Amino acid sequence: MSSAETPTLAEAIAANVKPGDSVYITGFTHLIGFAAAHEIIRQGIRDLTLIRLTPDLVYDQMVAAGCARKLVFSYLGNPGVGSLNAIRRAIERGEIEWEEYTHGSLIAALRAGAQGAPFAPVPAVAGTDLPRHNPAIATVRSPFDGTEVPVVAPLRPDVAIVHAQRADAQGRVQVWGSVGDIPEAARAARRVIVTAEEIVDEEALRADPNRTLLLGRGVEAVVHVPYGAHPSYAQGLYGRDNRFYRQWAEISADPDDLDSYLEEQVRSIGGWDAHVERERERLNELSKVGESVPNAVNFGDNAAIAAVQE
Amino acid sequence: MGEPVDLAATAAEYLSDGETVLVGVGAPGKAATLAQRSHAPNLTLVYESGAIGSVPARPPLSIGDPTLFAGALAAMSVSDTFAYVIEGGLIDTAFVGAAEIDRRARLNSTVIGDYASPKVRLPGSGGACEIVAYARRTLVLSPLQRRRFPERLNFVTSAPPPSVEVVVVTDRCVFRRPPGGDELLLDRLLGGTTVEEVQAEVGWQLTLSDSLAGEVAGRA
Repeated sequence: MSSAETPTLAEAIAANVKPGDSVYITGFTHLIGFAAAHEIIRQGIRDLTLIRLTPDLVYDQMVAAGCARKLVFSYLGNPGVGSLNAIRRAIERGEIEWEEYTHGSLIAALRAGAQGAPFAPVPAVAGTDLPRHNPAIATVRSPFDGTEVPVVAPLRPDVAIVHAQRADAQGRVQVWGSVGDIPEAARAARRVIVTAEEIVDEEALRADPNRTLLLGRGVEAVVHVPYGAHPSYAQGLYGRDNRFYRQWAEISADPDDLDSYLEEQVRSIGGWDAHVERERERLNELSKVGESVPNAVNFGDNAAIAAVQE
Repeated sequence: MGEPVDLAATAAEYLSDGETVLVGVGAPGKAATLAQRSHAPNLTLVYESGAIGSVPARPPLSIGDPTLFAGALAAMSVSDTFAYVIEGGLIDTAFVGAAEIDRRARLNSTVIGDYASPKVRLPGSGGACEIVAYARRTLVLSPLQRRRFPERLNFVTSAPPPSVEVVVVTDRCVFRRPPGGDELLLDRLLGGTTVEEVQAEVGWQLTLSDSLAGEVAGRA
């Protein structure tokens, strides 16, 4: 992409998420792209295959909103709280297709997708019932010792949506704290949408190169979205809204309450700015995370490095 | 029946000082905290979210909580956490949950009823399948209830290989499958519970460990 393109979130979603696409919204508890998910719900995009290790509240909301035809996952819970009620209802009523993995095998499938590998070994699933229920898991004979080895097919989402603490206009991304599934999901995806708490100059990335996770491959849009992960969190910027994660158990228990939530808090508001405005007080509270800024490390000055006598 | 005993308190006894422990939220986290405050102050706490060497300042609601990453020894991607820390064999003891446990120490955390049209849909493996395959020892915490110890699982989510140890801590007793073993042995009775009372809650014919058999014989 060219750095001139700075679409709004609504434009970025409309241009890059189409009915029928497979979509991976990244973030393992941390940096989950709720702003983008709510925009997909507002635009009424349907028939999606939603992929995540942990569907979390974000996919519970999208499934309840009717965005999903199929769910691909490895852990289906609201950690420390209970079930994802909308997804659980949809599965128990046979209203949604699903494909299930373990964390290790789903990450391995994405890694294989990113590398263009034909498959990846996943020995831990041997002896479990999972291979019988997931057509993307099969068994091959090792050419080296003749043993049977379970393997997983490569997985390439059509679109990955990555929320990051920091990105530049080219979609190069830096993250700190929990990195989660961001590298594998974004590297495997055909297209990437980046939303970020802060858009920085390339120079800011170059000052701290070890923190750069993604190089902008496949990036179609970069959007500045402060608080774009709420009610999940952004390390060092705002904490996880555990109160809302707990409330979700109640909101999602009743389909009518859930519909009201989606209508009042998502569909009927203009966009994420309105969400931030409405949640201002709560977000201010969550932002009181204090400071722990690590000691600077010395990369050396590049001109000085070159000037050293060989 | 005897008195039920706190799961976390019993589990804490199985953690040794200096170990690397894969923890979860709830009772496993409590067990680790109890062990750290008594006999095992130097545990390295690992969470499958990629937090390595966490020093939680509050009990985390989620394994990805920010308090697990601030001040941690390392923050790793899920890929590195599995490929290096878990599958690389760095975990001494791991906690996993299960809705059902069978005689061979296999675990179900996926579904009750038919997989395709489930009666109750549970969370699924998460990392449990890999964790039990590679941790030196797995601790499973579960109340002793007949429906949780069936003869036949509704679904095999995790199948620990024979090389690893599995300890199932309940509120009434402890089962153990030693390394190289192929079945769970009743290893300890807690809170005055008897072998007969345990047998009534378990869907297979119990085998006692040598140490428990000796204890029971000594009492008779």
